Amino acid sequence: MTYLTKPKLHHPTLQKNKVGYTRRDYEGKISTLCAGCGHDSISASIIQACWELDIQPHRVAKLSGIGCSSKTPDYFLGSSHGFNSVHGRMPSVLTGANLANRDLIYLGVSGDGDSASIGIGQFAHIMRRGVNLTYILENNGVYGLTKGQFSATADAGSKSKRGVVNRDAPVDTVSLALQLGATYVARGFSGDKKQLVPLIRGAIAHQGAAFIDVLSPCVAFNNHEGSTRSYDYVREHNETVNRLDFWPTRDAINVEYREGEVIDVPQHDGSILRLRKTQPDYDPLDRVKALNHVAEHQAKGELVTGLLYIDPDADDLHAHLNTVDMPFNQLGVKELCPGAGVLEKLNAAMR
Amino acid sequence: MKPTDIGAPDYFHKVVDCQWACPAHTPVPEYIRLIAAGRYDDAYMVNWNSNVFPGILGRTCDRPCEPACRRSRVEEAPGEGAKGAAKEPVAICRLKRVAADNKSDIHSRLPVVPKKKNGKRIACVGAGPASLTVARDLAPHGYHVVVYDGDLKAGGMIRSQIPRFRLPEEVIDEEVGYILGLGVEFRAGKRVDSMKALLAEGYDAVFVGSGAPRGRDLDVPGRKEASKHIHIGIDWLASVSFGHVKKIAKRVIVLGGGNTAMDCCRTSKRLGGEDVKVIVRSGFDEMKASPWEKEDAAHEGIPILNYLVPREFTHHKGKLTGVTFEKVAAQYDEKGRRSLKPTGEPLQHFECDEVLVAVGQENAFPWIEKDCGIAFDEWGMPVVDKITLQSSVSGVYFGGDAAFGPKNIIWAVAHGHEAAVSIDKYCQGEDVAKRPPPMVHLMSQKMGIHEWSYDNEIALDRRYKVPWRDASQTLKNIKIEVEMGFDRATAFKEAERCLNCDVQTVFINTKCIECDACVDICPMDCISFTINGEEKDLRTRLSAPAMNLTQDLYISATLKTGRIMAKDEDVCLHCGLCAERCPTGAWDMQKFLLEMTPAGPGCRSRAPKKEPVPA
Repeated sequence: MTYLTKPKLHHPTLQKNKVGYTRRDYEGKISTLCAGCGHDSISASIIQACWELDIQPHRVAKLSGIGCSSKTPDYFLGSSHGFNSVHGRMPSVLTGANLANRDLIYLGVSGDGDSASIGIGQFAHIMRRGVNLTYILENNGVYGLTKGQFSATADAGSKSKRGVVNRDAPVDTVSLALQLGATYVARGFSGDKKQLVPLIRGAIAHQGAAFIDVLSPCVAFNNHEGSTRSYDYVREHNETVNRLDFWPTRDAINVEYREGEVIDVPQHDGSILRLRKTQPDYDPLDRVKALNHVAEHQAKGELVTGLLYIDPDADDLHAHLNTVDMPFNQLGVKELCPGAGVLEKLNAAMR
Repeated sequence: MKPTDIGAPDYFHKVVDCQWACPAHTPVPEYIRLIAAGRYDDAYMVNWNSNVFPGILGRTCDRPCEPACRRSRVEEAPGEGAKGAAKEPVAICRLKRVAADNKSDIHSRLPVVPKKKNGKRIACVGAGPASLTVARDLAPHGYHVVVYDGDLKAGGMIRSQIPRFRLPEEVIDEEVGYILGLGVEFRAGKRVDSMKALLAEGYDAVFVGSGAPRGRDLDVPGRKEASKHIHIGIDWLASVSFGHVKKIAKRVIVLGGGNTAMDCCRTSKRLGGEDVKVIVRSGFDEMKASPWEKEDAAHEGIPILNYLVPREFTHHKGKLTGVTFEKVAAQYDEKGRRSLKPTGEPLQHFECDEVLVAVGQENAFPWIEKDCGIAFDEWGMPVVDKITLQSSVSGVYFGGDAAFGPKNIIWAVAHGHEAAVSIDKYCQGEDVAKRPPPMVHLMSQKMGIHEWSYDNEIALDRRYKVPWRDASQTLKNIKIEVEMGFDRATAFKEAERCLNCDVQTVFINTKCIECDACVDICPMDCISFTINGEEKDLRTRLSAPAMNLTQDLYISATLKTGRIMAKDEDVCLHCGLCAERCPTGAWDMQKFLLEMTPAGPGCRSRAPKKEPVPA
């Protein structure tokens, strides 16, 4: 961390996006995390993705729970809505917010403790309900705020900084999300922004439950020999299935690829996700195969990254519940409180 | 690209733009920090060691450091929420004056002159800044230095050509006095008329620092007839300085667009000139005068008329009546070269009573005999080595305006230092072509986890203006100084604008874990981790394009992932956030202090002297 605020001065060529903001306008307060924390790189990636997507900051709501990861929404999108909820309870608060105002872009930011331990129940249900959000899990395998105990995502056999070997089986959140019905499932690495930024862009554009597990080394407590979440280990065991290019319109597609190298996935809003395969046989449209692939590589101690699964025809909680199209704050008193007569009718229909 | 060799003294020196641009390589950020800390004596001595005349230069320097200052490249452009203020450098020059104004008695810090001399006698011709620098550098090492000047007081053009309202005489007396106080023998009023005679006196070395004393004249009709009212600018300024001229007529035209012209017009205003104008051949922007000097003239209500070429002095019965001009326009050929072409408009006549001609200066060496062995080139300039300043006669050196034509004080000082090194080596029987490398120190500024021994917070203040005394007061008396200098509080704020470019970002590639923390925090997007390539290609694919080709890229050796770290030095704020965010200490902020090696034992060869072989 640093005591100073980041100087306002910027590079003379710093660009503005279509809505008139520079990348620096999407920053938040100065981070108070440890120097070198992977989470800060994730914050930088979110800033970059939101700038590239020309998002108006006041159209974003960022929600988090408790933990190092859950502190980070203070460090990006300083002009957006924020809610720092109870430990592990971000999903229920976010679900409520999303039901009340479906027009905002929802970012759920959480950590491995927040999502895989205390909040695993909430995590499961927000995925299966298909709430339209981007769920970013900043996964470092340890409890940093309490000095480096193993978290629920730590691999069996990995060593803590003090030399203790973890005997418990890990929770694999990617597999969980796949099983529970998330419609956009990816894994990234905080040390590879070229991969991570497009994954976040794709997740924000995805109209359904999008989940990104981001491996984010804890420099203070989990970046040593024997750790399976260190910069070195992740770099050595990273098995990337594909590279994502995010194309806002069809017209922008002009790069030549050889047959079989790319998959174009059209989105609801007319945009296209273009995937460049790095493993020729990997099919990101098949949930079951994705599950198997992740499991096979996990058994070998490898970390599969990239866009692992996408359902191009995804829908969300509002579609499941057949809710009204307008957010509550745009409905009038008449619509929100239709009166005793309507209630009477409704009650009568239930009898 | 190859990894950067930060051990080469020039690499980090270039990053300190101001110091690199200064001919005398004054460690600017070092003395600005001392001013901010209120250590005026220390700040003064840092300057005194490098540029010899801090109080004088703090008022009159041509400031090559300021256009180079990084601050003017990083401030927000006008209209970016900065109230339309232009991007401006740190007021380096005027901060120097703050050190001079606020210091206490520094006599105890001056070099001690050895009682026992080394037996070598050096003659300096002219007592201007170049000669005085040679004298200052050599006297403390036991040399007997004799300085000759035609004037009664030492200082040369500093005393004769710079008007008192820009530079009070006490400041000259003080700083010239420090040098003469080092046991330098000053032969006042003794103009050297013959090089042959001087050489015959058996000096061990001779330094010629006689300046460019001849003001160029204007040979157009009427010049002779009206000569009583037409004066050569620098001669007239000298007459004013020495009190021979005390007034001027009401209507004055100054011809020329350099700094001498600006001094002439402002001086005229103070000596009774009511209608004073400057008339220049070139356009306003191409004028040779420094922008701030033009601004000072404009501030005193002096109009500057451009694109007018003088064709005739009109006169009546031996009395000047005015000057006739031809209107010209600038035209550019296909190579972009400018020429002034008459527009064909009718000639314009401006009435006036006196004219000051300030159209340039020339060198003149009538006192150097053709047959004394000193070679001159086809333009009448001595043949002088650019580095050693040696002439074609070994033991005779030239410096300042006398060497390469009119420049300015700070160049004269720089020449003086180099000539002193040459003379010292020459007198010690060493090869003058083997120059001593500068002294370089590189020291970590880390004090704690995020504490540094320099103030790394970036001030957003815009450049502060030096207060001017009211024109109604200054125009009445030629001796009243116009600029009042910064007060201590303003000086502190201005000093805080300095980016401490000498505190270098040093990268240790073996410690880097490539976590990107530095990339994320860098406010200027200076740092990139990428695959190596040719410089031209690499410059285009960094975090932000590195399009300023005059600024280097700092390249690391290959890292674990096969990438390199590339840092564009161009707009780095030296805020140290990269080092604060680095978890492994791969980045460190280290102060780079470069000191030029002066004359004396330090500049001499360390190899043991060869004893003469006995026969």
